Amino acid sequence: MNWEVVIGLEVHLQLATESKIFSGAATRFGAEPNTQACAVDLAMPGMLPVLNEQAVRYAVMFGLGIGAEIGLRSVFDRKNYFYPDLPKGYQISQFQEPIVGRGHFDIQLEDGSVRRIGITRAHLEEDAGKSLHEDFHDQTGIDLNRAGTPLLEIVSEPDLRSAEEAVAYLKTLHSLVTSLGISDGNMAEGSMRCDINLSLRPAGSETLGTRAEIKNVNSFRFVEKAIHHEVERQADILESGGKVVQETRLYDADRDETRSMRSKEVANDYRYFPEPDLLPVVIEQSWVDSIRASLPELPAARRERFIADYGLGAYDATVLAAERPLAEFYEAVAKGCGDAKIAANWVQVELLGQLNRNDLQLSESPVHAPALAVLLQRILDGSISGKIGKQVFEAMWAGEGDADSIIEARGLRQVSDSSALRAMVAEVIRDNPEQVQQYLAADEGRRKKLSGFFVGQIMKLSRGQANPQMVSNLLNEQLADAGKNGDT
Amino acid sequence: MHDLSVAALALGLRNRDFSSTELTQHCLQRIRALDPHYNSFISVDEVGALDAARQADARLAAGETAPLLGIPLAHKDIFCTSGLRTSCGSKMLDNFIPPYDATVTRRLRDAGTVLLGKTNMDEFAMGSSSETSFYGSSRNPWDTSRVPGGSSGGSAAAVAARLVPLATGTDTGGSIRQPASFCGITGLKPTYGRVSRLGMVAYASSLDQGGPMARTAEDCALLLNAIAGFDPQDSTSSEQPVEDYTAQLAQPLSGLRIGLPREYFGEGLEQATGERVRAALALLELQGATLVDITLPHTGLSIPTYYIIAPAEASTNLSRYDGVRYGHRCENPRNLHDLYTRSRQEGFGEEVKRRILVGTYALSAGYYDAYYRKAQQVRRLIRQDFLDAFTDVDVIAGPTTPGPAFGLGAKTSDPVSMYLEDVYTLAVNLAGLPAMSVPAGQVNGLPVGLQLIGQHFDESRLLNVAHQLQQASDWHLQLPPEAGL
Repeated sequence: MNWEVVIGLEVHLQLATESKIFSGAATRFGAEPNTQACAVDLAMPGMLPVLNEQAVRYAVMFGLGIGAEIGLRSVFDRKNYFYPDLPKGYQISQFQEPIVGRGHFDIQLEDGSVRRIGITRAHLEEDAGKSLHEDFHDQTGIDLNRAGTPLLEIVSEPDLRSAEEAVAYLKTLHSLVTSLGISDGNMAEGSMRCDINLSLRPAGSETLGTRAEIKNVNSFRFVEKAIHHEVERQADILESGGKVVQETRLYDADRDETRSMRSKEVANDYRYFPEPDLLPVVIEQSWVDSIRASLPELPAARRERFIADYGLGAYDATVLAAERPLAEFYEAVAKGCGDAKIAANWVQVELLGQLNRNDLQLSESPVHAPALAVLLQRILDGSISGKIGKQVFEAMWAGEGDADSIIEARGLRQVSDSSALRAMVAEVIRDNPEQVQQYLAADEGRRKKLSGFFVGQIMKLSRGQANPQMVSNLLNEQLADAGKNGDT
Repeated sequence: MHDLSVAALALGLRNRDFSSTELTQHCLQRIRALDPHYNSFISVDEVGALDAARQADARLAAGETAPLLGIPLAHKDIFCTSGLRTSCGSKMLDNFIPPYDATVTRRLRDAGTVLLGKTNMDEFAMGSSSETSFYGSSRNPWDTSRVPGGSSGGSAAAVAARLVPLATGTDTGGSIRQPASFCGITGLKPTYGRVSRLGMVAYASSLDQGGPMARTAEDCALLLNAIAGFDPQDSTSSEQPVEDYTAQLAQPLSGLRIGLPREYFGEGLEQATGERVRAALALLELQGATLVDITLPHTGLSIPTYYIIAPAEASTNLSRYDGVRYGHRCENPRNLHDLYTRSRQEGFGEEVKRRILVGTYALSAGYYDAYYRKAQQVRRLIRQDFLDAFTDVDVIAGPTTPGPAFGLGAKTSDPVSMYLEDVYTLAVNLAGLPAMSVPAGQVNGLPVGLQLIGQHFDESRLLNVAHQLQQASDWHLQLPPEAGL
């Protein structure tokens, strides 16, 4: 049977506040266990939560970024369950009245098509601590540094239809929140964690199938893999006449499989009720308006600007506009070299290629935007060819200096001296009489092909430094002369 | 010395009639000698107290005149005290020494008071008799075979027995007013949000409020001056400016309209208690106040409403006591579940478990709408009753309790009869209003309390009425028999 895949995602996004959502403890990642947990985070007797205004601001920024209704009145609730890394025995979250209501954003797929994905809601809550099962013989260690870190839980509508769409959604979301500056989006450090709700239904059916939830999938690649696995698992069940059980599953990246954590029948009753230690969060429309006025440029707007101002194609614009650091890098290169298209090409192919091969972040790139702009200028002004440019780029990447000093030191400047080139062209024609005869005997189409041979020989002779345009002109000239001489 | 009011003690300290060290030693000596009869203290901190007294004496010698400088006091063992065990009357926290002060504790330390120790209480403030304490019940100084009330029973007994001139209490459903009434002292539950809850171990967060317990209204005002006010670390504390609560004490009562709720004088009120309360009201009338009959129609719903909301909040407030980070942990837990169940089974007493179960049930899926949501709706009606009444009167008055102190063990086997003790006090917490209990004479040698209920943030008016009553009567000056001496 032909199944339609229906996916909704819940993303837990750590907000980049300095301190926790309900206490003054720091939120920095990677500190010694339990050094960033104060009495509030430890749920000591008599301790009370105080809401971090910055977390509210970030949530509002997100809401504005997805065109959502902002809850001018939102309410925190207690979600009750016992777990050692949940010190109070309840998590402070928002249940009935979240701060961000319905919104949406567009995702672009590789084939260039665009889909609009609905956001059901986004609410503020506190993160739990971590249980550490390694390193403690037969015991569990608890690190409460993460307890109380502000989270924005972003819940999508079940609008996604494939792993590709889910990944595109996450990448767009990542690009949005990093552009807003409300999260570092670092998935490896758990700043963005994803729960996948997935069900299948016969293609064309309107009713939703029974879903399974896959918890805590923490990279784009794992999301893709987990979805493929889950689709296969559910399809197998359905096709063999079985029923999908509504349950929570865990994606095990090491074994590359999903497995059952708990079924909904024995699920917790969280006994939500309004948190009596906090007042409802009431915010003024004027505050929302002032936040709106100070929002940075968002990826979608930037993408449109790149298309309009730089003449980029839709795909290039999407890639380059997605993340603010890359967009800023690109714009600096484009402005520095004066040619937006060659800049787009180099940033995407050479720079991103090197970063990917070396598994580096943009911020770790050894080649900075102004240096790349100078290199591109040298290509544009004819000092070096594009091909030589790649050599120079690699040398720059290896830390050998800036473009000009590398060109100088390696003697890579393009030979544009017409007498020197003329001599080289003459030499090649002289040394290859057979090919010259073939050329002269050939028709127009074949001649073009054969001239490539001569260009190649000349470039070899010049060690790649010959100005290709001049070589082409001189070669045509001298081959024409050879033809005339041969006639007489 | 121990018969003097706080105001008089402060004057004596300033005049060098005695030093804070002498006063403190005197109190400590009385506690050592007498408290075995009352069991009003869980912890006594002699070393800390004498140290604080020496510091206060130095400040006094330097000419400081802060109103509470050098005055000894005791905290209900629900207020966290840095370096001093805070048990909340529970085995669960028998080993808990907080590394921080409650805001109330800190403000009183800063005011130069001398902390003598921590007073006994019902476990986690759940009770009306102090009998649910892990440390055994406190006893009523007027008759040690009777309860002092609760949950702030230790504070009330210690003040009544003149072991300490001043104490703090907390009131979630009457826990300051009822023991004040039973022990013949003056107690004030401030408006919800008037006094910071930070560092006060939570029972029911939307109802809990700390306040003063003393012999006179003036002393209560002095203590309230030191602890009232906004606390940025308690989101439910109010930014309403704080008054000098002693400023209005001397106002005459002429023109004051006092509402007497029909529901507070009906069936259930013991006749002799009702008579004492009416006699006190007549005294206020003589001073120029007008008595007006009013109705608070939803009064009868306050007990069921309270016993949904308070246990619901308590059930989750007490989840943190899981044996993981502090407090009681069972021996050799076999696994996580065993750690939780045995630590809590061993650490909590019966009444606490009962309320956790009731509260958990009330919040459970499928019951939430019928219980918790409904209770919140009724709570709004109860609050509205008061707001409506206050359009016509300035203060509401009635008995604090249906009768005087009952015997130890008389109601322990019947929780519901114990809950009925709070019929006149619970609604005030549900409505977030300030209220006092003021001595109003005795029945068979046992004190009776007059309850005064004010509008939100109208503590000054309550203290004014109570003070005027105390100017015209001597009920608050009557002394219990000196046990053992």
